[in-house]
Amino acid sequence: MTNANDNLKHTPLYALHVELGAKMVPFAGYDMPVQYPAGVLKEHLHTREKAGLFDVSHMGQAFLDGADPAKALERVTPADIQGIAEGMQRYGLLLNDQGGINDDFMTTRLAGERALYLVVNAAMKEEDFAYIGEKLAGVADLQPALDRALLALQGPLAASVLERHAPGISAMTFMQARRVTVAGAPAIVSRTGYTGEDGFEISVGSKDAERVARALLAEPEVMPIGLGARDSLRLEAGLCLYGHDMDESTDPVEANLTWSLGKRRKEARNFPGSARILEHLLNGVGKKRVGLLPEGRAPAREGTEITDKAGRVIGRVTSGGFGPSLNAPLAMGYVESEFAANGTKVDLIVRGKALPAQVAAMPFVPNRYKRAQKK
Amino acid sequence: MSEVRFTDQHEWVRLDGDEATVGITRHAAEQLGDVVFVELPAAGRKVGAGAEAAVVESVKAASEVYAPVSGEVTAANDALVAEPAKVNEDPEGAGWFFKLKLSDKAEFAKLMDEAAYQEFVKGH
Repeated sequence: MTNANDNLKHTPLYALHVELGAKMVPFAGYDMPVQYPAGVLKEHLHTREKAGLFDVSHMGQAFLDGADPAKALERVTPADIQGIAEGMQRYGLLLNDQGGINDDFMTTRLAGERALYLVVNAAMKEEDFAYIGEKLAGVADLQPALDRALLALQGPLAASVLERHAPGISAMTFMQARRVTVAGAPAIVSRTGYTGEDGFEISVGSKDAERVARALLAEPEVMPIGLGARDSLRLEAGLCLYGHDMDESTDPVEANLTWSLGKRRKEARNFPGSARILEHLLNGVGKKRVGLLPEGRAPAREGTEITDKAGRVIGRVTSGGFGPSLNAPLAMGYVESEFAANGTKVDLIVRGKALPAQVAAMPFVPNRYKRAQKK
Repeated sequence: MSEVRFTDQHEWVRLDGDEATVGITRHAAEQLGDVVFVELPAAGRKVGAGAEAAVVESVKAASEVYAPVSGEVTAANDALVAEPAKVNEDPEGAGWFFKLKLSDKAEFAKLMDEAAYQEFVKGH
């Protein structure tokens, strides 16, 4: 294989990936591990069965400070940022003025801290940071955390593994976040992830990243997991990949992410594109993101046309492949809204042939988050 | 005595008399990763050299398998449909894709021998 990867950036774990025998590929401007010698299938299944360690240091981390950073951030998102309780993380959409989706991101309010901790997608981080900086100029100050790495430890055994390196951590519940020490390194840990499994995201200083990663990989339950399995895991979990399952031309109603619109925000009608989005919410929208289950074994990839049973094109697959845990092909895509009900029969046009498929509920594989017990 | 040749699209072809057995090389299988789906040609189908004859898909991506030589498909390895992982386990043996009745032996002779293919892989 020729290596024309000289212009790619490296995460602090690059040398470790190479040492572990990873196959490196360009992704979002970084030379990243797509798989290790075990391969995508084993890595995927191992994560669902035990625990997998992912390097997601290419993602954008930042702190947003100011007199009232939560109020300021609501200028660019419909999420209820002011309503995030101390020690909690929340999902949000970064919207452009038309209400189209510029990106999705996580906001954390750490206990006792005024600044918010943000994580945005790797491919969008420069644009996002510039956009937030511009829209919030004069009211809040965005500081990209360029000296931080981000690891994800995901899977049903993630908590018992991390407990050995961060005593007390397993008391956390889904979407909680706190500053703790992991394997001796100061870290921001949240009980979140992108796999549908219980697990943690661990932000540490770049200089500590390799030591923390090695400590976790030394645990018998943990296997390193590449971007290939990260993609198949998130697809089974029904989670969107920005730039594929949504982009600046889709709005939150079309993307079926209306749960991320804060109730207070909808009442106040004061977020970007709110007039259009609230109108869509009330009167419906022309197309919708849905899950798709092909009937046979053939995967339908991104870009595959979706037709009705009479052969008329009604949409397109935006993510598609094979789900190792589902042991079947699966996809998500956009269809005209009248075809969006679960169970609707459609065809997927793969290599010129119509493959029967059904609109299906997501997640495709039940998620196993450790949610707080309702009081 | 059978002879094996290779293409620049990473197929191997083994000739026994005028019957050619075709599969993807170990290098191709490794590059592709875990195979989860194969689509094989029907017996009786005529294919030209370089024509798309089969499909192989890993978790990550779909790839075409091209007929290395012209001929008529005589058999497909239907075991791969139920067990696509055989392609990774034994790509140059039990993971064969299809057999062809060769129409022109000169096409076979033009393909790379093993040493030439190994050089070719090194250069890529």
